[in-house]
Amino acid sequence: MRVVLAEDQFLLRDWLIRTLRDHGCEVVAAVDNSPALRKALREEQMDLAVLDIRLPPSYTDEGLQAALHARRERPGLPVLILSQYVDQLYAQELLAGGQGAVGYLLKDRVTNTAQFMDAARTVAAGGTVMDPEVIAKLLARSEARGTTADLTPREHEVLRLMAEGRSNTAIMSTLHISESAVAKHTTSIFGKLGIEASADDNRRVLAVLAYLKR
Amino acid sequence: MTERQVVMARGDGRPGGGGWIAAGRCQLLSLGGLVVAAAGLLVLCVLALVPVRVGLGVLPAAARRLRRLADRQRLLAVTWSGVAVGPSEPPAVGDPERSARGPATLLGSEGFWRDLRWALLEPWVGGTLVVLPLTLLYYGLFGLLVQPFIWRRIDDGNWYAFIHVHSTGAMLASAALGLAFLGAGLRLAPRALAWHARWTRRALTAPYTSQLERRITQLTDTRAEALDAQAAELRRIERDLHDGAQARLVSLGMTLDDATRLLDTDPAAARTLLLQVRATSERALQDLRELVHGIHPPVLADRGLGDAVRSLALDSFLDVHVTVGLPGRLPPPVESAGYFALGELLANAGKHAGAAEVWIDLRHTEGALRITVTDDGHGGADPARGSGLRGIERRLSSFDGTLALHSPQGGPTTATLEIPCASFLPKTSSSSGTG
Repeated sequence: MRVVLAEDQFLLRDWLIRTLRDHGCEVVAAVDNSPALRKALREEQMDLAVLDIRLPPSYTDEGLQAALHARRERPGLPVLILSQYVDQLYAQELLAGGQGAVGYLLKDRVTNTAQFMDAARTVAAGGTVMDPEVIAKLLARSEARGTTADLTPREHEVLRLMAEGRSNTAIMSTLHISESAVAKHTTSIFGKLGIEASADDNRRVLAVLAYLKR
Repeated sequence: MTERQVVMARGDGRPGGGGWIAAGRCQLLSLGGLVVAAAGLLVLCVLALVPVRVGLGVLPAAARRLRRLADRQRLLAVTWSGVAVGPSEPPAVGDPERSARGPATLLGSEGFWRDLRWALLEPWVGGTLVVLPLTLLYYGLFGLLVQPFIWRRIDDGNWYAFIHVHSTGAMLASAALGLAFLGAGLRLAPRALAWHARWTRRALTAPYTSQLERRITQLTDTRAEALDAQAAELRRIERDLHDGAQARLVSLGMTLDDATRLLDTDPAAARTLLLQVRATSERALQDLRELVHGIHPPVLADRGLGDAVRSLALDSFLDVHVTVGLPGRLPPPVESAGYFALGELLANAGKHAGAAEVWIDLRHTEGALRITVTDDGHGGADPARGSGLRGIERRLSSFDGTLALHSPQGGPTTATLEIPCASFLPKTSSSSGTG
């Protein structure tokens, strides 16, 4: 897997490069500022871009802007955004095209190598990964509005993991339930919420997120 | 401040209106002068009674009545002649029923004496001004409409001005003269009205120095409040750091130390401790994130007020519709004040008003940021009761900002925030237009 990386903090950038290499990825470009990032996104052939939101020179949201711009040029370009904080507005902008192949995670999550690499592979394969914090807020809102009132507590947990973009296998191991139980829960959730069930995992995440954003 | 807004809103600046309208207004003012005189005399009588203690109790009420008359005259000056009269001083007596020092403060207040002086002079100065055109008008009407019908019945002593009316020719001449008088009166009336407004301004506007004094007092107060608020904020940040992230980092160090000692003897336990370290570090980061968000939300720094409000809307449990009409970035302090005030209002709409839908509108008009928040809740919000609304007002006051709340029982509630700010920063954010 070929990866373009943009992160201005040296320690984290170094750590990300090592982690990605250890897991068999090729880091084709590692940059620390936004002009270099835009150039890399334009010129490199990549399977995934891992980007920090805030980059020099202006330390605002250049990483996000560069990603959105690159995805307009190259629709479906897989982008995994890492940030010190998550914001619903940014999450919405990343999801806006409905193309998938996006991830939005807190930087804290990279300390869990397995989960980080999992997310990177999911996004590179066209999936959608959202930070638990983004999902927690979306779910709290849906709960307050009563749009998920029909679900059982267990179904709520499954819905949360689905919305984060976790695969059935990951849901199985997190909740310690069998594969058939996961399938049963997901079918029930889609039925109760009136979401079109989809065989494609990526479409499934987007459908759940679209429902929660209502 | 609201007074000035009223003045700005009502001043259509059409001096005088038409002749007849202006004459009617002069008539009203001349009669109003009598009321003003009566009020002035009443206050004088009350003052005369002060030495025998009787007057002290009545004085605040009498002064308030006088102030109301003065304020009405201000309003008339601006609506009839477009002459803006400076706002009345804040009444020196906050709540005369409760404040024992009421009458004493009143006697020391410049505004009170200015009101009284105006009340005693108005019937003479203002009265003379408005009576001039009226005299011409009525005398003209008499010459034009009354003389022709009665001159025959009056014997030799019938003079109209300088014309001895004893024949049809003289009657016609007097009618013509009456018409001239009438015309002069009608022409004079708008001017007299404008003179009267100017006299009102002269009599009721505080001298420039006292306006400056008042402004300085206000600035001193708001500055003290701003510094207090800032100090409180710093204390809060210090406490949050101390009890949150700092404490977690200390425990992280201790756990790491334990893990290091167990590494050789009990690797499994060391591993458990290290997992604990990771959890603690995540929590410390979580604390720091919340703290940063409370100081200055990153999205506000990145994108400015419009997008920060959109983000706030997405976080809210209510149905929030945002419209943004801002040409660029505002100065950061203004953005921050607007953002936190809005957050407070949104929370109120959900908590106290039981609203389901909220409409937020951001505009920049007439050198001020104007934020309007409307909700479909049950209303009845009162800035005097809610500490949150008080906090907003305090926060805005250092910017000379205002919060106007319209919240009848049964709703809907509309809050309008205004923060004066002239300048824009060059546009850097790319607004995506998601609502």
